[in-house]
Amino acid sequence: MVRSIMDSLPNWEPFYPGLVIMAPFLGFMFNGMLSLYINRPGIKTTSQDISRSKKISSVIGPGSILVSFVVVAINGLRMFVVEHPSALVKSYWTWIETSNFVVEAAIQVDSLSLVMMTVITGVGFLIHIFSMSYMENEKGYARYFAYLNLFVFFMLVLVMGSSYPIMFVGWEGVGLCSYLLIGYWFEDEEKASAGKKAFIVNRIGDLGFLLGIFLLYGALGAVDYQTLAASASKTFVYGGGWVTLITLFFLLAGVGKSAQIPLFVWLPDAMAGPTPVSALIHAATMVTAGIYLIVRSSILYSLAPLSSAIVAGIGVCTAFFAATIACKQYDIKKVLAYSTISQLGYMFLGVGVGAYTAGVFHLVTHAFFKALLFLGAGAVIHSMHHALHKVHSGDDPQDMRNMGGLRKFMPITCVLMWVATLAISGVWPFSGFFSKDEIIWMTGSLAMAESSPFPLLYKLYWSMALLTALLTAFYMTRFMVMTFHGKNRTTEGTQPEIIEAPKLMLLPLMVLGFLSLFGGWINVTPDLMKSAVGGFGFLPMTDWLHHWLEPVISESVAIQLDNVGELGHQSPAGGGEVSWALISTTAAICIVTTTIYRMSKNEVRSVGSKSNDGKISQLLYNKWYVDELYDQWIVRPLWRISHFCWKKFDQGLIDRAVNFSGRIAKGIGWFGSLFHTGQVNTYAFFLTLGLLAALIMVMS
Amino acid sequence: MVTEALFLSVMIFIIGTLGVIIRRNAIIMFLCVELQLNAVNLAFVALSRHAGIEGQLFVFFVMTVAAAEAAVGLAIIISIFRHYETVITDNISFLRW
Amino acid sequence: MNELMFFVFASMAIGGALGVVLAPSPVASLLFMVVSLGSTAGIYVLLEAHFLAAIQIIVYAGAIMVLFLFVIMLLNLGHDYKKDIRGGLAVLLGFIVTGSIGGLLAKQLMVDNDALIEFSGSSINVDAEIAEKGIIGVIAEPLFNEYLVAFEFTGVLLFVAIVGALVLAKKVD
Repeated sequence: MVRSIMDSLPNWEPFYPGLVIMAPFLGFMFNGMLSLYINRPGIKTTSQDISRSKKISSVIGPGSILVSFVVVAINGLRMFVVEHPSALVKSYWTWIETSNFVVEAAIQVDSLSLVMMTVITGVGFLIHIFSMSYMENEKGYARYFAYLNLFVFFMLVLVMGSSYPIMFVGWEGVGLCSYLLIGYWFEDEEKASAGKKAFIVNRIGDLGFLLGIFLLYGALGAVDYQTLAASASKTFVYGGGWVTLITLFFLLAGVGKSAQIPLFVWLPDAMAGPTPVSALIHAATMVTAGIYLIVRSSILYSLAPLSSAIVAGIGVCTAFFAATIACKQYDIKKVLAYSTISQLGYMFLGVGVGAYTAGVFHLVTHAFFKALLFLGAGAVIHSMHHALHKVHSGDDPQDMRNMGGLRKFMPITCVLMWVATLAISGVWPFSGFFSKDEIIWMTGSLAMAESSPFPLLYKLYWSMALLTALLTAFYMTRFMVMTFHGKNRTTEGTQPEIIEAPKLMLLPLMVLGFLSLFGGWINVTPDLMKSAVGGFGFLPMTDWLHHWLEPVISESVAIQLDNVGELGHQSPAGGGEVSWALISTTAAICIVTTTIYRMSKNEVRSVGSKSNDGKISQLLYNKWYVDELYDQWIVRPLWRISHFCWKKFDQGLIDRAVNFSGRIAKGIGWFGSLFHTGQVNTYAFFLTLGLLAALIMVMS
Repeated sequence: MVTEALFLSVMIFIIGTLGVIIRRNAIIMFLCVELQLNAVNLAFVALSRHAGIEGQLFVFFVMTVAAAEAAVGLAIIISIFRHYETVITDNISFLRW
Repeated sequence: MNELMFFVFASMAIGGALGVVLAPSPVASLLFMVVSLGSTAGIYVLLEAHFLAAIQIIVYAGAIMVLFLFVIMLLNLGHDYKKDIRGGLAVLLGFIVTGSIGGLLAKQLMVDNDALIEFSGSSINVDAEIAEKGIIGVIAEPLFNEYLVAFEFTGVLLFVAIVGALVLAKKVD
C-alpha cells in the first residue's frame, strides 16, 4: 500500500493557486443566484431590472475568469524563470479516508497543467467577452454566464486535480455543464434532446474512466499522479495485461469525452447550443480532456504499446472519417463540428505514437484557430440572423447555401477567418502547420524506428494522416469560399442589414487571430528552425514547449525509446523532416488555390434544389448513416428490452404482488366485518363464548 | 340437597343463556337475563346452608338491584320502541360495520 | 319427603325456564317465568331460607314480573306477534356453547362432593342462629348492623332507578 505524497513543495514560489479555481466558482454562485432572483416566481421584472442584471453579470462573469487568468499568468511567469519547474501539490482537505485508500482534495500545478490552465482561462476569457455581445438579447443572460463560469470551474478542477478521482469530479462536471449549455434554449425540444444525447454518450466513456481507476488502484494501491510517476515503471510490465487494460479503459473515457469513433455522435448535435459554447466547450476545452487524460497517464501508455497503437488507430480513423463527412455539409457549424472531431483525431494520433508534446502542441494551436473559427461563424450567424429577422424571412441563417459574398459586408471577420483556415490547413507560417506537421512526422518516425512495434500499421497511419490533411485543406477552403466569396445568395433586401460584427466580438477574434498566426512558433524543432521553414534562424521561433513539458513526460519518452530503439530520421516514403515539412505545406497551398479556382467556376446549389449527387456524396452528406445505425442496432433493442421489463416484470409481477397483498388485507377486513352484525344476540353469544373460554382455562 | 340445588342452578342458568342468544324480542331477552339472575340466587342460597348467612343477605341485595335494573331497562326499551316502533333486535341493528 | 318436594319444584322450575325460552307469545313467556320463580321460592323454603322465599314471591314474581307485563301491554305486544325465535345456525351454536358451559360446570360439581360438605364450617351454626334469633332476625341483624351502609346505598340506588326510569320513559313532546 502506497500512501499519496501530500503537499510537495516546488522549486518556485506559488501565488495563491487555489484562487484560480475559486474565482469561477464564486462567479457561478453569484450569477446563479442572480438568475434565480431575476426569475423568482410571482414577480414582474421590468426591462430596467433585466438590463441592470445584465450589467452585473457582464462584470462578474468575464471578470472572474480574468482573475483566474491573471493568477495563472503570475504563476506561469514564476515557473518560467526556473530552469526545471517541479510540481506543486497542495492539499486542501482529505476527501476519502479509509484504511487503505486515501484521496486528498488537492491540486497539482506542474508544467502540463499550467499549459492547460492558460488555454482554459485565456481562451475562456476571450469567449466570455465575445458572449457579452453575442448573448446580449437573451433573457437568460445571467444563467448563461453562471453555467459558463461553472464550466470553467469544473474544467480547471479537471486539469488541476492531483489524482484521478479529482479529475473524474471535473470530468463529470464538465459533462454536466455541457448538457446544461447545449440545452440552453431548452424550450426547443430538439435542442434539449441534443443536450441529453451529449450527456448519455459521455456517460459510456465515464464507465471506462471508473474501471480504469479501479484497476489502477488494484495494481498500484493509490490513484494520484505523484505515486504513479514514482512507481509505475516498477510496478507494471512493459506490454503486460494490467497496463493494457487500464490504458484501454482510459481510452474509452477519452473516446467518449473527445468524440472519437464510435462515440462521436454527440458533438455534431451539440451545435444546437449557442455558438460561444461550441467554441469554448466543443473546440477548445472540454473535448481536449480526453487528450489531457492520456498525456497525464503517459507513463502507462508508454508501457503499453498495443494500447498506444489502438489510440493512434482510433485517432487517425476518426480524423479521416470526420474529414470526409465535413466535405459535404452545408451547415456552417456542422462543418466546424466535424472539423473538430477530425483535429481531435490528430491529437489522439499524436499521443498514440508517443509524441505527447506534439499532441499537447496541437491541442493548444487547435484551441486558437478553432475558437477563432467558431467565434467568426458566430459573428456571421449573428449578422445573418439579424438580417433575416429584419426582412421576416424563414431562411436558415446557418446554411452556407444562403450565404456567399459576405466578404463585402464583413471584411475583418473574413480576413481573420482566413487566418484560421490557413492555420488549420497547415499552411506555413501559421500555427496549425507546425503542430500538425510534427504529429505526422512523429508517426512516420515511429514507423521507421529500429524496433518499431507495428511498422506496417504506423505506415498506414502516416499515409492516412497525410490524406486527411489534404482533405482538411479542401473542405475548409470550400467552407470559406461558400460563405465569404462568390455571388451573394442571401434573400432579397438583406444585404444592407448584414453588418460587420460589433467591436466586442471583433476584439477576441483579433487576439485569436494573432495567436493562430504566431502561436505555432513556440515549438519548432531545431532542424526546422535552421531551414527555410524557420526562416533560416531569423524568425523568432523557439523549441520552448518541448523543454517545458519535459518534467512531466520525460520518463514516458525514455521508456518508449528504450523499447523501440532510435526513432527514424526519414519518413516512410523517404526524405527527412525538412523536406516533408516543405512538401506538406506546398501541397496544402495547392489544394487551397485549386479549390478556390474550381469553386469560382461552378454555381453553388441553393437550398432545396434537386441534387443529382452521386452515391458517395449522399453517404457523406448523411454522415455515413451512423446515427441511424446506432438507432436501429442499439437504441431500439434497448428500448424493447426495457419495455419488456416494464410490462412483464414491473407491471405484471411486482404490481400484481403488491395489489394481491392489498387484496389479502381487504379480505381479512371483510372477514372481521362479519362479526359486527349490530344485533345484541350476536354480542351475547360472543360473551358466552368468552365465558366458556374462561371456564376452560380455569378448570383445565 | 345442596348439590342437587346447585345442579338445578346450573341448568336454569344455561337455559337462560340460551334464551338470550336465541330470542329476538328485546323484552323476552331481558326476561331471560332475569332467569339467569334467579339461577344465581338459587346457588347463593344453596351454598349459604354451609357457608354462612351472608349468602342469603347477598341474595337480598341481588333482588333489589334486579328490580332497579328491570325498571331502568324496561324504560330504555320503551324509549327505543317510541323511536323505531319495534322491539325486535333484528331491526335495531344500527351499530354494525 | 323433602326429596320428593324438591324433585317436583325442580321440574317445575326447569319446565318454566324452558317455557320462557320457547314460548312464542311474550305473555306466555312471562307467565312461564312466574311459574319458574314460584318453584324457586319453594326450593328456598326447602333450604330453610323462608324469608327469602317470601321476598321472592312478593318482589320478584309479584312486582317485577308485573312490571314486565305492564310494559308488554303498554307496547301492545300481546297479540299479532310474529315468531321471534331464531332458527338454524344460531340455535345450534347456542346449544353447543351453552351445553359446553353446563357440562363443564356439572363436571366440576360431580367431582368432589365431600369437599363441598367439608367446606361447610357453620352449617350447624346457621340452624342454631335460626333457633336463637328467628328466621327474620337471622337476616335482619347483620343487615342493619354490619351491612347498614350497603342497605342505605340500595335505597339510594332504587331512588336513582326511579328517577332514571321516569326520565327515559317520559313522553317527548
